[in-house]
Amino acid sequence: MSVVILRGWTSLSLPKPSALPGFGITFGFAVTYLSLIVLIPLAVLVARAGELGFDGIWRVATAPRVLAALEVSFLVSGAAAAVNAVFGVIVAWVLVRYGFPGRRLLDAAVDLPFALPTAVAGIALAALYATNGWIGSLFAPWGVKIAFTPWGILVALIFIGMPFVVRTVQPVLQDLDREVEEASATLGATRSQTIFRVVLPVLVPAILTGVALAFARAVGEYGSVIFIAGNMPFVSEIAPLLIVTKLEEFDYAGAAAIATVMLAISFVSLLAINAVQAYSQRRFSRG
Amino acid sequence: MADGVLSESRAVRWTLLALALGFLALFLVLPLLAVFAEALRRGIQTFVDTFVDPDTQAAIRLTLLVAAIAVPLNVVFGISAAWAVAKFEFPSKSLLVTLVDLPFSVSPVVSGLVYVLLFGAQGLLGPLLEAWQLEIIFAVPGIVLATVFVTFPFVARELIPLMQEQGTSEEEAALTLGASGFRTFLTVTLPNIRWALLYGVLLCNARAMGEFGAVSVVSGHIRGLTNTMPLQVEILYNEYDFVGAFAVAALLAGLALVTLGTKSLLEWRYGDSLALAHRH
Amino acid sequence: MSTRLSLLAALAIAAGIMASYVSARAQSSQDVVITNVSYDPTRELYKAINEAFAKQWQASTGQKVTIRASHGGSGKQARSVIDGLEADVVTLALAADIDAIARESRRLPENWQSRLPNNSSPYTSTIVFVVRKGNPKGIRDWPDLARQGVSVVTPNPKTSGGARWNYLAAWAYELDRTKGDQVAARKFVEAIYRNVPVLDSGARGSTTTFAQRAVGDVFISWENEAHLILKEFGADKFEIVVPSFSILAEPPVAVVDVVVDKRGTRKVAQAYLDYLYSPAAQKIIARNFYRPSKPEAADPVDLARFPKLRLITIDDVFGGWKKAQAEHFADGGVFDQIYRPAGKTATR
Repeated sequence: MSVVILRGWTSLSLPKPSALPGFGITFGFAVTYLSLIVLIPLAVLVARAGELGFDGIWRVATAPRVLAALEVSFLVSGAAAAVNAVFGVIVAWVLVRYGFPGRRLLDAAVDLPFALPTAVAGIALAALYATNGWIGSLFAPWGVKIAFTPWGILVALIFIGMPFVVRTVQPVLQDLDREVEEASATLGATRSQTIFRVVLPVLVPAILTGVALAFARAVGEYGSVIFIAGNMPFVSEIAPLLIVTKLEEFDYAGAAAIATVMLAISFVSLLAINAVQAYSQRRFSRG
Repeated sequence: MADGVLSESRAVRWTLLALALGFLALFLVLPLLAVFAEALRRGIQTFVDTFVDPDTQAAIRLTLLVAAIAVPLNVVFGISAAWAVAKFEFPSKSLLVTLVDLPFSVSPVVSGLVYVLLFGAQGLLGPLLEAWQLEIIFAVPGIVLATVFVTFPFVARELIPLMQEQGTSEEEAALTLGASGFRTFLTVTLPNIRWALLYGVLLCNARAMGEFGAVSVVSGHIRGLTNTMPLQVEILYNEYDFVGAFAVAALLAGLALVTLGTKSLLEWRYGDSLALAHRH
Repeated sequence: MSTRLSLLAALAIAAGIMASYVSARAQSSQDVVITNVSYDPTRELYKAINEAFAKQWQASTGQKVTIRASHGGSGKQARSVIDGLEADVVTLALAADIDAIARESRRLPENWQSRLPNNSSPYTSTIVFVVRKGNPKGIRDWPDLARQGVSVVTPNPKTSGGARWNYLAAWAYELDRTKGDQVAARKFVEAIYRNVPVLDSGARGSTTTFAQRAVGDVFISWENEAHLILKEFGADKFEIVVPSFSILAEPPVAVVDVVVDKRGTRKVAQAYLDYLYSPAAQKIIARNFYRPSKPEAADPVDLARFPKLRLITIDDVFGGWKKAQAEHFADGGVFDQIYRPAGKTATR
C-alpha cells in the first residue's frame, strides 16, 4: 500500500503520453462506475445526515442508546481483535512451521469466515452456543449464558475476524530467514528470547495490520451477530442494528446520522491503519 | 533440529499445536458441522423437501441472478481500474486506489442504507423514479445495486497490485509488434492475470451470493420475489422452520466450501503469481 | 486460447442463468400474481389461506393465481408501502396503518374501511399473556406487569401493530380500574415499559426473543401468537395467562386501488379479500387461532379455545384509531415521552 502511495506522489504531473492505448476508456469507465456506485450514494448519505445540521448529528450520535451501541460495537470488536491477534499468530506459526496430517486442509479452511455467508455463520453460532446447543449446554450447568449476551457477540466477531491476522502474518513468517534465528541461537539466546526479541518484532507490522482489519470488519458486522446477540439496548445491541431499527421506524435522518458517524470512524481507522503500517515498516522492518 | 534452541521444546510445540487446533476446531469446524447436523436433523427427506418449496426455489434463482449480474460488472470494473492504475501514470492514483477500497470499510447495513436514501420514495431520486414508474428499492434492481456495492473492491484489489508488479514492458512489446490495444489486452495481459482474476471472481461471487445485511435493508422481503438465499434463511428461521433454514444454509455453506477448494487449488498450483498480489 | 474460451464459457453460463430466470418468471396470460403485504404473526395463517384460495380460484375461473406475501411489523410494512412497496392488498394489524397509507400515498380512498363487512376485519384477536411453565413469577393480571423485578417482553409500538394494541390494552385497564384517571393510566404504562428489556420490531421478533432466547418473564402477545407458541415450542414449556380485561383487536384488510388498477388485478384481489369472509376461510382462520368474524362457520373445537373475557374497543375508550395514533404513537407523542430504555446500570 505504501509503495503505491509513494509512486502516486512521484507522479504529480499530467499523464505522461504512454505508448499503451486505452487510458481514456478505462480510467473514464472506472471513475464513472466508482462515482455512480460508491461515491454519489455515500455523498447522499452524508447530505441526508447533514439535514440535521452539525448539532443535530451530534445530538443523535450522543444519545445514550446510540453511545451504548457504539460502545458495545467497539469494545467487543476490540476484544475479538485482541483474541484473534493472539490466536492468529499461534495458528499462523503452527501452519507455517509445523507439519502434521491435514495441515493443507486446515490452511485452506482458515478462509472459511471469508467465504461463508454471514447469515449462515449467525444461525450456526446461535445454535451452537444456545443453552441447548453443543457448546452452550456445557456452560449451562454453571449458569453461564453465551448466546444472546455480549459473549455471544464476542464469539461471532472472533469467528469473522479470524482469517485476518492469520493471513497477514503467514506470508511474513514464510519469508522469515531462518538464518537470523540460527544466528541468535549461536549468540547464546534461548529459544523464547529468540522468539520474543528477534522473530516477533518482525511480525508486529503484519499483526497490527491484521488486527486493524479484523477490528474494522467486526465493528460493521451485522449478519453473523444479530442472530446470536440479545439485541437488548444498552447491553447487547450493536450499532448496525440500531441503524436498521431507526430505518424501520422511518427515522431516515437518524439512521443516516449514525451511519455517518460510523463512516467517519471507519475513515479514521483506515488512516490509522495506513499510519500504523507506515510507522511499523520504518520501525520494525528489516530494511 | 536442536530442540530448545533452534526450535521450541517438544512441550511448547505440542501446546501450541493443541491451542491452534483447538481454536480452529472450536471456531471453524464446529459451526460448519452444526450447519449440516441441524439441516439433517429430521432426516434426508425433510432436507430435500426444503428445496421443493417454491419460495426457496425463487430465492435460489434470485441469488444466482444477482451474482450473475454483479460479478461480471465488478470484473469489468476491476480490469478497467487495474489497467488504468497499472499501465499509466496520473495524479491522484493513490486516491483512486483508496476509494476503491472504501466499500470494504463500510458496514453492510450502511451499504444498503445509501441506496434507500438515494432511490427510496422519500429519497433523493424518489419522485423521479415514481414518475418514470421505475422500481429500484423493494425490487430486484435495488438488491443488485446493493450487492454490487458490497462486492465492489474484490476483483480490483486482486488485480491492481499484480498488474502494477507486472509493469508495462510486455504490453509495450506487443504494441511495437503491431497488435491493437484490445488484442494486446487479450493475448498478453489476460493470461498473466488470469489466476488472480479467477481468484477475485471466486471471492466476489462468494460474497455476492452470501450478502445479508445490505440486501436485507433494500429488499421488501417479498417471499418468492425479493428474497435471496440468505434472506430466505432468516425467514425460515423466524418461522421456526429450523431444518429448512439450516438446509438452505447448508447449500450456502457447500458453496463456500467449493469456493475454498477451488481457491486452494489455484494457490497450490499458481502460488507465486498470487503471492505477489498479497504483498501489499 | 484457454482464457478466451473460459471467458466465453463464463459469459455463456451467465446468459444461461439469466435466460432460465426470465423464462421461469414468464407467465402465460392465464396466470396472475398478487402481493399481500401483511403484519408479522400472520405467516402461518396466510400460508394456509393462500393455498386454499388458489385452489378455489383455479376451480372457479381456471386461472392460476400466485399470492406473494411479505410479513413484518405493521407500522413498518405500512411505511414500506408508502415508500413504494407494490402491494395489491394490505392485511395489517390496525386501521391507523392503512389510514396512513391512504393519507400519504393516496393509493386507496380514505373511506376504505367501510368497503368490507365488520369494519373490513374478517378476523379479530385480543391480547393475552404468555409465561413460562409453572408461572414462577405468579403473573395473573395487568398490575403484575408493572411489578418490580418482572421482565416484560413486548414489541416496538413505532413499528409493530401488536405492540400498539398491547400498549392501549394496558392503558385501558388502568383507566377502567381508576374510573378514568388518565394520569394514573400513563404512570401505569410507564411502569410496565420500565420492565421491558428490548423492543423488537414485530410481534414475531418478540416471540423469538421470549420463547427462543429465553428473555423475560412474561410476553404480552396476540392471542393467536400465544397459541402458536404453545404449538411450536411445546405446551410443556409455556402457559397462557388470560387477563381479566383486554382490548378487541380488529386487524383490517384492504385492496390498494392504484396498484390493482395499474396491474389489472382488481378482480382477483377483491375476490381474495371476499374469500376471507367465506365459511371455508373462516374455518381456517379459527384453526389458526384467530377469532373469526363469522363464528358460525368455524369448527366448535377451535372456538372453544377462545376464552370469554371482558373486551373493550378502541372506539369506546380512545375515540378511534386516528385519535389514539396521533396522541400516543406519533413522533413526540405519549409513548416517546414515557419510554426510556432501561439504563446501563439497571441491566449490566
